[in-house]
Amino acid sequence: MMPLLDVRSLTKTYGGRIGCADVSFRLYPGEVLGIVGESGSGKSTLLNCLAGHLLPDAGRVIFDTRAEGPRDVLEMSEPERRMLGRTDWAFVHQNPRDGLRMRISAGGNVGERLMAVGARHYGEIRAQATDWLGRVEIGETRIDDRPSAFSGGMQQRLQIARNLVTGPRLVFMDEPTGGLDVSVQARLLDLIRGLVRRMGLSAIVVTHDLAVVRLLADRLMVMKDGQVIETGLTDQVLDDPQAPYTQLLVSSVLQV
Amino acid sequence: MTPMIHVEHLAKSFTLHNQGGAVIPVIEGAGFSVRAGECVALTGTSGAGKSTVMRILYGNYLAQGGSVRIGGLDITKAEPREILALRRETLGYVSQFLRVVPRVPTLEVVAEPLLALGRPEAEALARARDLLTRLRIPDTLWGLSPTTFSGGEQQRVNIARGFAHAYPALLLDEPTASLDATNRETVLTLIEEAKAGGAAIVGIFHDLEARARVADREIDVSAFAPGRAA
Repeated sequence: MMPLLDVRSLTKTYGGRIGCADVSFRLYPGEVLGIVGESGSGKSTLLNCLAGHLLPDAGRVIFDTRAEGPRDVLEMSEPERRMLGRTDWAFVHQNPRDGLRMRISAGGNVGERLMAVGARHYGEIRAQATDWLGRVEIGETRIDDRPSAFSGGMQQRLQIARNLVTGPRLVFMDEPTGGLDVSVQARLLDLIRGLVRRMGLSAIVVTHDLAVVRLLADRLMVMKDGQVIETGLTDQVLDDPQAPYTQLLVSSVLQV
Repeated sequence: MTPMIHVEHLAKSFTLHNQGGAVIPVIEGAGFSVRAGECVALTGTSGAGKSTVMRILYGNYLAQGGSVRIGGLDITKAEPREILALRRETLGYVSQFLRVVPRVPTLEVVAEPLLALGRPEAEALARARDLLTRLRIPDTLWGLSPTTFSGGEQQRVNIARGFAHAYPALLLDEPTASLDATNRETVLTLIEEAKAGGAAIVGIFHDLEARARVADREIDVSAFAPGRAA
């Protein structure tokens, strides 16, 4: 089977400081990869390099495109990369305000992404927006409200609807449940898992929360100081960690 | 016929890097096999390594040496995605504890292994209802998350989930612990049905009567303790 994403020796430095160094991995269709590490470990730098928000110093990010097969994203033109960002890729930010337009309605936020890929029929756009708001459990009566009138958990669900409406194949998530209270987190995890299974999505989820990756990710990558310390099946890395740092990380979690 | 589960020269030790780098050898030179339709019980005193062997068979613990072939795949050398596919299609595991996303209804928790295989939703849910009924989980609870259930109820949900798909290889960690006599009987019947259906089963049973009833053979894991192996 061909990997959906094939990352080779990706390196990003900030001046003399290492952001992430020599990161390589393959992500297959339908897989969810978790990236964990404490703040400053380079996980967000890596995610932003992968998603084309930051330009890495070296390495390759090869994505299996629908039309032309495997292509190095870093060698694409800016318009091509933007098109990918609107169609096959999605990015869910930790802060929904970074991924939503706060001054237009919830329906508009979802519809805008559809229009960006060429949808023009108002009735169809509105019907699809309503359908997606329903899937993320936002009532139809709220379609004309602005996201600023939503709670944090609702904003995050709206951001997910906006991102998934165009049927992407790869979703990047940066601390998707960060800043939400625990009951809302559980609801969001349930939602993401269901969408991943039903749509056959692949996802890369960056988080510092080991409980979140245990429930969400098939595979795990542990980072420290910009380096990948350990990789493997999620439950194997958490239950039988091999690297000293991973053992420390796992044993530091407070039991509930 | 090649055995469904085939273990050779298995070695496992734990290195505790944050406790002075202590190395604890647990298993050395373990070898056994389990054929389709056969149930093998792991025995040995507490701490002998029964659970460790089970976890290695599931790919949950890494082995330091040897091989573990399940349905032809050596999981000690397989890629994560190969193990994920094996767990989806071939290898089931009923652990002692239920671990699920909070808020997901019991019926879906039980149907999930079938949905993950791409079976039609109606078929998966029908199978889940059937198993929950047999295991006497009242239907008033099916729409609720099992995270709030009693220990015995959670264990029965876990068993229902583990038996939803007819895995050709099945690992059972104390499947009858904390069950009343009636439910224990149901679980033993489920195990016998799985055997009759051709499943290769490895189990840990502290319940001696249950062990005697379903297990065809016993393997004493004390024999795999380091220093004992030939």
